[in-house]
Amino acid sequence: MSTYSTYTSTLGGHSYRFDSLARLLAAASPERSGDRLAGLAADSAQQRVAARWALAEVPLAQFLAEPVIPYEDDDVTRLIVDTHDLAAFAPVAALTVGGFREWLLSEAADAQALAAVSPGLTPEMVAAVSKLMGNADLVAVARKVRVVTAFRSTIGLPGRLATRLQPNHPTDDPAGVAAALLDGLLLGSGDAVIGINPATDSPKAVRDLLELLDGVIQRYRIPTQSCVLCHVTTSVDLMERGAPVDLVFQSIAGTQAANASFGVTLGLLDEAYAAAGELNRGTVGRNALYFETGQGSALSAGAHHGVDQQTVEARAYAVARRYDPLLVNTVVGFIGPEYLYDGRQILRAALEDHFCGKLLGLPMGLDICYTNHADADDDDVATMLTMLGVAGASFVICTPGGDDIMLNYQSASYHDALYLREVLGLRPAPEFEAWLDGIGLLDERGAIRDVSGTAHPLTAIGKELAA
Amino acid sequence: MTDRQLTAVADDFTMWAALRRHTQARIGLGRAGSALPTRHRLELQAAHAAARDAVHSPFEPEVVAAALTGEPTVRVRSAAGDRLTYLQRPDLGRRLDDIDRAHLPGGDWDLVFVVADGLSSRAVHEHAAPMVRATTALLEPGLRVAPVILAEQARVALGDDVAHAMGAAMVVVLIGERPGMSAADSLGAYLTYAPRPGTTTDADRNCLSNIRPPLGLTYETAAAKLATLMARARELGLTGVALKDESDSPPPLLPPNPRSSNAGGADMSAPAGISGPSGGPPSGGV
Repeated sequence: MSTYSTYTSTLGGHSYRFDSLARLLAAASPERSGDRLAGLAADSAQQRVAARWALAEVPLAQFLAEPVIPYEDDDVTRLIVDTHDLAAFAPVAALTVGGFREWLLSEAADAQALAAVSPGLTPEMVAAVSKLMGNADLVAVARKVRVVTAFRSTIGLPGRLATRLQPNHPTDDPAGVAAALLDGLLLGSGDAVIGINPATDSPKAVRDLLELLDGVIQRYRIPTQSCVLCHVTTSVDLMERGAPVDLVFQSIAGTQAANASFGVTLGLLDEAYAAAGELNRGTVGRNALYFETGQGSALSAGAHHGVDQQTVEARAYAVARRYDPLLVNTVVGFIGPEYLYDGRQILRAALEDHFCGKLLGLPMGLDICYTNHADADDDDVATMLTMLGVAGASFVICTPGGDDIMLNYQSASYHDALYLREVLGLRPAPEFEAWLDGIGLLDERGAIRDVSGTAHPLTAIGKELAA
Repeated sequence: MTDRQLTAVADDFTMWAALRRHTQARIGLGRAGSALPTRHRLELQAAHAAARDAVHSPFEPEVVAAALTGEPTVRVRSAAGDRLTYLQRPDLGRRLDDIDRAHLPGGDWDLVFVVADGLSSRAVHEHAAPMVRATTALLEPGLRVAPVILAEQARVALGDDVAHAMGAAMVVVLIGERPGMSAADSLGAYLTYAPRPGTTTDADRNCLSNIRPPLGLTYETAAAKLATLMARARELGLTGVALKDESDSPPPLLPPNPRSSNAGGADMSAPAGISGPSGGPPSGGV
């Protein structure tokens, strides 16, 4: 069914030719080290802009006629094609990519219009239009999109910002995890999820952590959900054995082969989705899946099919939206400088991922992060945080002091989330906000009270451990 | 302050001090408005600076050579000419410079140690020579051990190229791991049997991470594990996922994914989960 076309444009007296839509998309992408590593990046700055001129003229409908990875070869392509909603696509069906950009930025594209068109959009369409947008465009459009999901707290409401509290520990020591958990709660964090990356994937270790988190959530009646981020098969197994699984987690990517390298198939995810739904542990909603993604994973698995890393990333969102997740986040700067070299590339990728995920109907959050071998620092985190707060990110991941001692990378801190809520007037998820107030952690302005140096009921968690 | 407040402050201080015994996480930092107190902000910057310097400080092979008193060594470079290229082009860091390849001593070697700078030359300067010595002391008698190769701008898979070019049956790569802010000097050890450049994958290796006494694995523990694995590898004729660590304690070998392990990333481009042991991007490494 594929129809490969040739795309051409002329710039500065040179004519440029691109042999397929995939080549055109890659050449139009902003500079990043991963595309260069894959041999897909534009050869020159002028060729990059020439590709954008050509891309702007491509009708959106062409993306339905020319899949970037053949239908026969890849189940993510089949998912995208088979679930495409032609009726929802109708309002933008006649537009080119350039025209689509202008429509997205226009007043006509309000929250309702964007939600209505979402099932008619494919990952390649949103990736394409993002390549024509500036950083400010990506903020302006994403800000208009609202995706609301719920389990024990409601995520994504206007004026709200949720956080994942991430109390990781290199050996999964329960006392160490609980100490970090207390720190996060006292700083008003944890309404998106209390989520641990375990040091091992052993079902026993995962179960111990799940029970620890469930115990704290029940004892203090915290309107949030826990997640121990293990392989989906481990979660399914633990659910069958009665472990207190709230959210089922999985890392996903944008091609069948990349997902296979993670040990997952769409069939496995279908099974997990059904099992999580049956547990019915939510109180205000039934969104029970949690996905992480990130640019570069398909390339690192040798499974990118010659598609640029941002377009492949957007295809992972087509996988995610099949399962009505509570949370999706891109772990944007986690992989390292061979994929996103510096703070500038990480920021751009963060804005693209958030924009594409939101347009495709996902509750997008971010792990705004970097590794110490990337050219980035905590000022880059502050910049990203501020832009993504303005763009209306559903949640961000927070670690103690912004330093994850288990994964050896730097992320946002609980303090960073306080900053963002303060400067943008954002509040926690409503159920969690009420709980914070009830337990004495909100001041008269509704901001998190500084309880260091004062007696507080939650510190019982710490005192028991310290004893 | 009232007496009651002073008591509460003291309680709070005691509580966090007690909790810090359980974790190195930066907990109980206090606040200046919404932000960190000045002292903690500067402490974080100091830790980040140490990690950055670890990534960018040049490898000095002569430091390792001097510490390996008496052991023959050979210096090589990867095809990545400088640090910037190294960080962006893992493919070049996995390949030997052609001139250096031609000068490697061929032989009927059972084992070659490759000391690779990876992402922390500091880790290599401090821990590589003691690890080579501790491991050599535990090797089966009669094993033909090649000169130690000191490799610059090197990733884990460079060991495949080295071993293949020298005719070595087995390679141990000792490499500086991706520096975290609480550990800028972690050494990783990767064991590969019958390595072949281009064919060997990360699933064919066994890995020991976080060698960094006294806070991480000690040389003795790591060397004992490595020697056991090598003996088993020679019996079975393989390394990797089919070769399990039979010894009792953690850390797990070949962590299935960096977002769930503290391997910290010496170039395992292993299929690796972004977050669960579920696959995802590699931790970016060496």
